[in-house]
Amino acid sequence: MSKIVVITSGKGGVGKTTTSASFASGLAMRGHKTVVIDFDIGLRNLDLIMGCERRVVYDLIHVIQGACNLNQALVKDKRCENLFVLAASQTRDKNALTSAGVQQVMFDLAALDFAYIVCDSPAGIESGALMAMHFADHAVIVVNPEISSVRDADRIIGMLNKTTQRALEKREPVQEHLLITRYDAGRVADGQMLSIEDVQDILDIDLVGVIPECDDVLAASNEGMPAIHLEGTDVSGAYGDAIDRFLGMKRPMRYLKNQRGGYFKRLLGSL
Amino acid sequence: MVSLRSMTGLNRENSAGVAKERLQIILALERVDSSGSAPGYLLELQRELVAVVSRYVKIDVNDIKVHFERQDACEVLEVKVELPERR
Repeated sequence: MSKIVVITSGKGGVGKTTTSASFASGLAMRGHKTVVIDFDIGLRNLDLIMGCERRVVYDLIHVIQGACNLNQALVKDKRCENLFVLAASQTRDKNALTSAGVQQVMFDLAALDFAYIVCDSPAGIESGALMAMHFADHAVIVVNPEISSVRDADRIIGMLNKTTQRALEKREPVQEHLLITRYDAGRVADGQMLSIEDVQDILDIDLVGVIPECDDVLAASNEGMPAIHLEGTDVSGAYGDAIDRFLGMKRPMRYLKNQRGGYFKRLLGSL
Repeated sequence: MVSLRSMTGLNRENSAGVAKERLQIILALERVDSSGSAPGYLLELQRELVAVVSRYVKIDVNDIKVHFERQDACEVLEVKVELPERR
C-alpha cells in the first residue's frame, strides 16, 4: 500500500520544491521505491531541481488525459535507483487536473508498488494545491520562520482538515509534519526571527525537521541536484534527519548552532 | 546606530516577539472564521435569502444584510431585510 505525502505551504518561495526533491531522494536512498510528482501545472520546476528537465517527454496531464501510459511518463532519477519523477505540464490548462484523473494516477502508481508518492504542491490555495493534498496520508508543511509564511501555513492546515479525502470521508486525519526551512539561529538569538518554539506554539503540529539557511542550496539548484546530495553540509544532514524522523526514528536536533558567531566575528567576516 | 534605530521606530531587538504576538491574534480570529460555525456560510445564506424574498417582493441583493457577531459564549446572527419604498 503506497503512502501519499504532500509537500505544501500555502506561501510561495519557502522551499516546497527543494524539500520535495530532497525528501523523495532521501526516501529512495533509504530503499523505498518513491515517485515525486509536480502538481504545479503551467509553472513546472521540479524537473529542473531534480536535473531531469531534458528527459521529460510526457507529463502528469498527458497521463490523466490518456495521451500516454503512466510508465512512459515516469522519468527515472539519475542518482537514485528507486526514484522516479512525474513532471507537471508546462503548457496545459490547470483545469485538466481533475480529481478523478489524479485518483486514477495514484491508484496506478500503487499498482506499480511505489512505497511513497510525494506530491509537490503549487503555492496558493487554488485547485492545484487542493488536488496535490486531496489524497494525502501525510502532509509536510514547509514554513519559513516568518510571519506571512506561518499565517499561510495555518490556513493550509485548516484545509488539510477540511477538504481532503480523509476529512470528507471522516477517516483518520492527514498526519501533519512541520518542517521549518531557512532557519537562521543567529537571527533567532538576536530576537529578529521567530524561533522553532514560537512556530510550533502557533501552529501546534509535530516538528519533523529544521533546515538551516544555507548558500549551498542555490548552488545545488543551479546544478539540478537535490540539496540532500550536498554531502557534508548541514542542509543535507538536516534533510536526512527529517526523513529519518518521518520514518519513525528518533534523531536529535542538530545543525541549530549560531553560525554567525559574535558581532566581532561577523564584522571580520564582512571584510 | 542605536539612535538611528530608535529614530525609525523599529524595535529590532525583539521584533520576533512582536511577530509572534501579532500572529497569535490574527490566527485566533481566522481560525474562528473558518471553523464552520460562523461566517463561512454567510454569503451563501444572503444569496439564498435574496432568492427566496425575491419571489414575493422585488428587492436588490444589497437590501438584505446578514451579520454575525460573537461575544464570549454568545453568538448573534442578525438578518436585516430592507423593503423598497412604495411608490
